[in-house]
Amino acid sequence: MSKRVALEASHAVAEAVKMSDVDVISAYPITPQTHIPERLAEMVANGELQANYIPVESEHSALSACLGSVAVGARSFTTTASQGLELMHEVVYCGASMRFPMVMVVCNRSLSAPISVWGDHSDVMSCRDTGWIQVFCENSQEAFDLTVWGYRVAEDLKVMIPVMVNLDGFTLSHVTEPMFLPEQSEVDKFLPVFNYPYALNPDKPMTHGGLGQPDIYTEAKVAQEIALRKSKSVIIQGWKEFGDIFGRHYSPVEQYRAEDAKTLLLTMGSYSETAKVMIDERRARGESVGLISLRLWRPFPYEEFRKAVSGAETLIVFDRSISFGMGGPVFSEAKSALYSEASRPKVVGIIGGLGGRDMAVKDFEYVLDRGKEIAEQGSDRMIEVVGVRGEMIKA
Amino acid sequence: MAENTVKIGKNLVDAEEYLAEGHNFCTGCAEALAIRLVCKAVGKNMIINMATGCDEVCTTPLPVTSWRVPWMHTLFENAAATMSGGEAGLKILMEKGKIPQRDIKCFAMGGDGATTDIGFQALSGALERGHDFVYVCWDNEAYMNTGIQRSSSTPYGSSTTTAPAGKVSIGQKTQKKNMVEIAAAHGIPYTATACPSYPFDLMNKVKKAADMKGPAYIHILAVCPTGWRTASNKSIEIGRLAVETGFFPLYEVEYGKYKMTVTPKKMKPVSEYLKPQGRFRHLTEEETEQIQMKVNANYARLQKMIECFPAA
Ligand SMILES: Cc1ncc(C[n+]2csc(CCOP(=O)(O)OP(=O)(O)O)c2C)c(N)n1
Ligand code: SF4
Ligand SMILES: [Mg+2]
Repeated sequence: MSKRVALEASHAVAEAVKMSDVDVISAYPITPQTHIPERLAEMVANGELQANYIPVESEHSALSACLGSVAVGARSFTTTASQGLELMHEVVYCGASMRFPMVMVVCNRSLSAPISVWGDHSDVMSCRDTGWIQVFCENSQEAFDLTVWGYRVAEDLKVMIPVMVNLDGFTLSHVTEPMFLPEQSEVDKFLPVFNYPYALNPDKPMTHGGLGQPDIYTEAKVAQEIALRKSKSVIIQGWKEFGDIFGRHYSPVEQYRAEDAKTLLLTMGSYSETAKVMIDERRARGESVGLISLRLWRPFPYEEFRKAVSGAETLIVFDRSISFGMGGPVFSEAKSALYSEASRPKVVGIIGGLGGRDMAVKDFEYVLDRGKEIAEQGSDRMIEVVGVRGEMIKA
Repeated sequence: MAENTVKIGKNLVDAEEYLAEGHNFCTGCAEALAIRLVCKAVGKNMIINMATGCDEVCTTPLPVTSWRVPWMHTLFENAAATMSGGEAGLKILMEKGKIPQRDIKCFAMGGDGATTDIGFQALSGALERGHDFVYVCWDNEAYMNTGIQRSSSTPYGSSTTTAPAGKVSIGQKTQKKNMVEIAAAHGIPYTATACPSYPFDLMNKVKKAADMKGPAYIHILAVCPTGWRTASNKSIEIGRLAVETGFFPLYEVEYGKYKMTVTPKKMKPVSEYLKPQGRFRHLTEEETEQIQMKVNANYARLQKMIECFPAA
């Protein structure tokens, strides 16, 4: 029987790490991720969790140490945010390319400069092309669930790709919410013991991470791309079995009152919950609006996404970062995913919630109204940003 | 003890080759020789994480490998950090009974660039945290893999592609970073210098380092015929000259106690070491004299350390 508890999302992650019987934790503190490594260090110090906690001197080393620990067959965990994710960037890319299965939780935060400790999605967007499986959470429960599920998917022999679990800095990482903590036996049933078949072992020497010359590099990269795309079936199967055991169900594209909606709003992460309040209010007024949120960001869920928006006239994509010189990255991907469709909604991009700028229900009302307006009349602005001050956005 | 050994003088040496034949190192590369000796000293019960550099590139052109021991490479500056995880992982897996108890020696290895420059922080972190591992630096005194660029371990007066000697420059204008003393300053159990021109001294140190609980650091001078512009059949000789001139003393620091492990009978002038090397060819007599003075001063300082903190 699972028990109902109130847990901060960061502590929910720590519980998930504990119940996943992680062997090595290697992390470097950065706001707003600190509560996760602190809680884990405490668990190890109390003997609640039998793991080796490596207090590394940087994020670059945090993830590097995980690559080493996975390589010897230890289930490994790290967590970071913002500048930390940027500092470890080359290790992020390398870890996926070497197919080291592990879980990293990113408490999404903006990037310098100006320095800002508050949330947005700039950090994770810089990791779009690193080859990790990437998912987003909306609440404490999901932070717990997706961490446990992350190991199950990453370690599947058909996958062997690390999983990045994204949760919004502060607006989720520091929020205490009611959630269900399962029994250890239920977790054990869902998550088998990690049995890494390529562990560094003197009895069976293996070479990891050699030099790829032009005659082999292409094949290595294509194999990796195919593996990431194919991981989707394991991802979905993992969620199905998760649902069977725990009674909570996940899918690549989550839908909220979306089936028959003429206008759809697309969000990612914890702001989806705020947006849902707005959707309810508009539905109460008889408007045909709904919400979809991308739970799975990589591999990009083309099929599910296309299906989810197929009946809509307008899709308004809400981005929490800027790809400089281009606009919202999620907007651009959503648009490109639909380009080849015979019939498709108009796609509009609006950016907001940068560097912790609050997005209240009324702000999502603006996103919806403005989005519809742009879909109908077009826009004379260079970029659409919620609540931005100044004349600068005029084209 | 290895199963298959040969006796060389009074030394019993593992007859197995863990670095396989057919690698891509240049002819006469002392780094390759050093790697071979390090592995022989430890034997099969080791795992290696290696930084990017000649060592990694020359041994693993996919899909083939020269490694007969478990080996991994991820990036350039994180060998010590990666092996921190390897060591921590093995330890906890054994503690939790997930793998059988066994003495596996954890090694991180990298060139002077990987060690004294870009991986300096990761190395310092790993030494400070006290992981039970050995870090081995192959010091060929420049970034050879990328084309002989200077590092902080390049000696004064040497010409490299990013600190070339020219009409108004001597080449390297800075003194070689003393990585051995920096490593020792972490208070780790064991630090040593070595050179494959002295194979038994090298192997004894590696064995000692591997058997020591906690971190150990070994700094190996590796003659690089390509980067130093030396004859490929002179690598052993030039390595010896480095030691015999006092340019690269062979010593160890065990729990803070210093010991010279090879003492030249009579110190040769440093010019004998510099002369056969193209990278020093531009030096004037005066400049060579300056280098001699610095070598003398460094050597005298080391002798003082030995006097003050002698090994029992
Ligand atoms: C982050 C990063 N910067 C630069 C490089 C390019 N690079 C690869 S090996 C190398 C030099 C290696 O020098 P060293 O560590 O002294 O080893 P050597 O090749 O001399 O044995 C450089 C600069 C890299 N691979 N990664
Ligand atoms: S460049 Fe130097 S260190 Fe590199 S393989 Fe050739 S001789 Fe050895
Ligand atoms: Mg070098």
